[in-house]
Amino acid sequence: MATRQGGLFFARSLLARAGPGATSVAQMIRLQNVSKTYFSKGKGAGPGGVEALKAVDLHVPKGQIHGVIGLSGAGKSTLIRCVNLLERPTTGSVTVDGQELTGLSGDALNQARHRIGMIFQHFNLLTSRSVFANVALPLELMGMKKAEIAERVTPLLELVGLADKARQYPAQLSGGQKQRVAIARALASRPRVLLCDEATSALDPHTTGSILELLRDINQQLGLTILLITHEMEVVKSICHRVSLISGGELVEEAEVGDFFTAPRTRLGRDFLNDFLELEPPRALIERLEADPGPHSHPVVRLAFSGDAVSTPLISRLARECGVDVSILQAKVESIQDRTLGLMIAELMGDAADTRRALSYLETHDLQVEVLGHVQRDD
Amino acid sequence: MSSAMIELILEATLDTLYMVAVSGLIAALLGIPLGVMLYVTRPRQILAQPALNGALGVITNIGRSVPFIILMVAIIPFTRALVGSSIGTNAAVVPLTIAAIPFIARLVEGALNEVPPGLVEAAQSMGATPWQIIAKVLLPEARGGIFTALTVTIVTLVSYSAMAGAVGGGGLGDLGIRYGYNRFNPTIMLITVVILVVLVQGFQSLGDYLVRKSDHK
Repeated sequence: MATRQGGLFFARSLLARAGPGATSVAQMIRLQNVSKTYFSKGKGAGPGGVEALKAVDLHVPKGQIHGVIGLSGAGKSTLIRCVNLLERPTTGSVTVDGQELTGLSGDALNQARHRIGMIFQHFNLLTSRSVFANVALPLELMGMKKAEIAERVTPLLELVGLADKARQYPAQLSGGQKQRVAIARALASRPRVLLCDEATSALDPHTTGSILELLRDINQQLGLTILLITHEMEVVKSICHRVSLISGGELVEEAEVGDFFTAPRTRLGRDFLNDFLELEPPRALIERLEADPGPHSHPVVRLAFSGDAVSTPLISRLARECGVDVSILQAKVESIQDRTLGLMIAELMGDAADTRRALSYLETHDLQVEVLGHVQRDD
Repeated sequence: MSSAMIELILEATLDTLYMVAVSGLIAALLGIPLGVMLYVTRPRQILAQPALNGALGVITNIGRSVPFIILMVAIIPFTRALVGSSIGTNAAVVPLTIAAIPFIARLVEGALNEVPPGLVEAAQSMGATPWQIIAKVLLPEARGGIFTALTVTIVTLVSYSAMAGAVGGGGLGDLGIRYGYNRFNPTIMLITVVILVVLVQGFQSLGDYLVRKSDHK
């Protein structure tokens, strides 16, 4: 741990703070009205092409970890590749660290890319190069001298905890170690921004945790702005400050991570959250759920509570003040960053007037209430 | 066997090695860059030039589709202009080289195609220029495949060089035909074939060794 801290300190001193547009609360990444349409002559492409991104606006302030979550094919990959122009947007502008990249090409674009690091799902290390030479690659590309390169690579390998593997080849490393090498490589050119393209999706849960921890350390200690795309809520929960939800090439929701996990505003957001929390009503109950209340039915509700509501004995008050019995079908408490999130699926048992009163009581107490349906009373 | 015979065999072996080495070397120097061009000018590649790529592809295919024995006689004027004679070992080197260039190029193109596109993308994200990508990513990552391509080419050249007798190029194949077949000397025939087999085995083993050594996968 001591070496790692030392490495971080050293690496921080390496990350020189200079460059265009370096104001204190600057937007580090700014995507404005970015669209990407693939005009393919290939099969299945319509006359208008395939719209992978539709008028995306995204702003990431300096020092923030911003996550973009979405299902496969939602446009995540295209989005992150538009930031360093691996994909050139069809319309719109991309600005990184105060420099508009969409106007650049050739050498100017390559220079700008030196300030944007990127890591990938499959690591993309060169098999023909040792660990050391992989980390040295971006510096060679910049035309740096051998001695200088060695001075920079060694502390980076210490930073990611792989100083002893410098002479090995990627094939000899585990997945987590490969991604650490990739991170060191991405940091070598002292970027202002790190792009993470599904960086933990090929790793097991334990290794994912350690890579996320490393990314968080780098963010905190080097002040590096990170944009990541993922399909895993765990990643968002662990390290992101803000999150955007992407679907069909559009950003449909953006929120602070704490808010997103307590109160997603879109159907897709709720689906992601439910999948993550594995909080679904029991199958037998789902089959009995009806959309409209019957003469003798009980509402089944999903309750999400955060902040003060977590510590308030709401359920017993509900019983006392509204005369409604609460049958808890499922419940879960999660810690998301500094927030606590409680989730519950419950059946409110009482007559129609009482349960209506109970629902409005819950809504006035900072709870997210969603009526999933109604079940006929058994008795 | 007479010492004259042994001398003939030795000379023929050296002729074969000379033809294979010179044509192999020149073909590699020209064929590897051609293979790289065939690959990087493909549509959506780092130096995409679809028209150029199409043209190079057609030329390469023509070079590969003409049977060697026909190529050899068809380019006699060119050979004469280049080496001053249309017969002899040096004259045989010209068609051998010309046959080997497109052969190597296609094999190298195939080897480059095996490099995962993600590696090129990673280099692009680091701000690598197309030439840097070729020099630092594509060629080193395809090194094993390129050694395989060169090995296949050398072995093919050994067998092509046996046809060099048609232009008085000498070599083992020529010796086998003239002494072994035309003069009914089965011993000579057998010896030339055995030497050819040994040569091919040797080149193949050397190639395999280089491929293994360059492979860190």
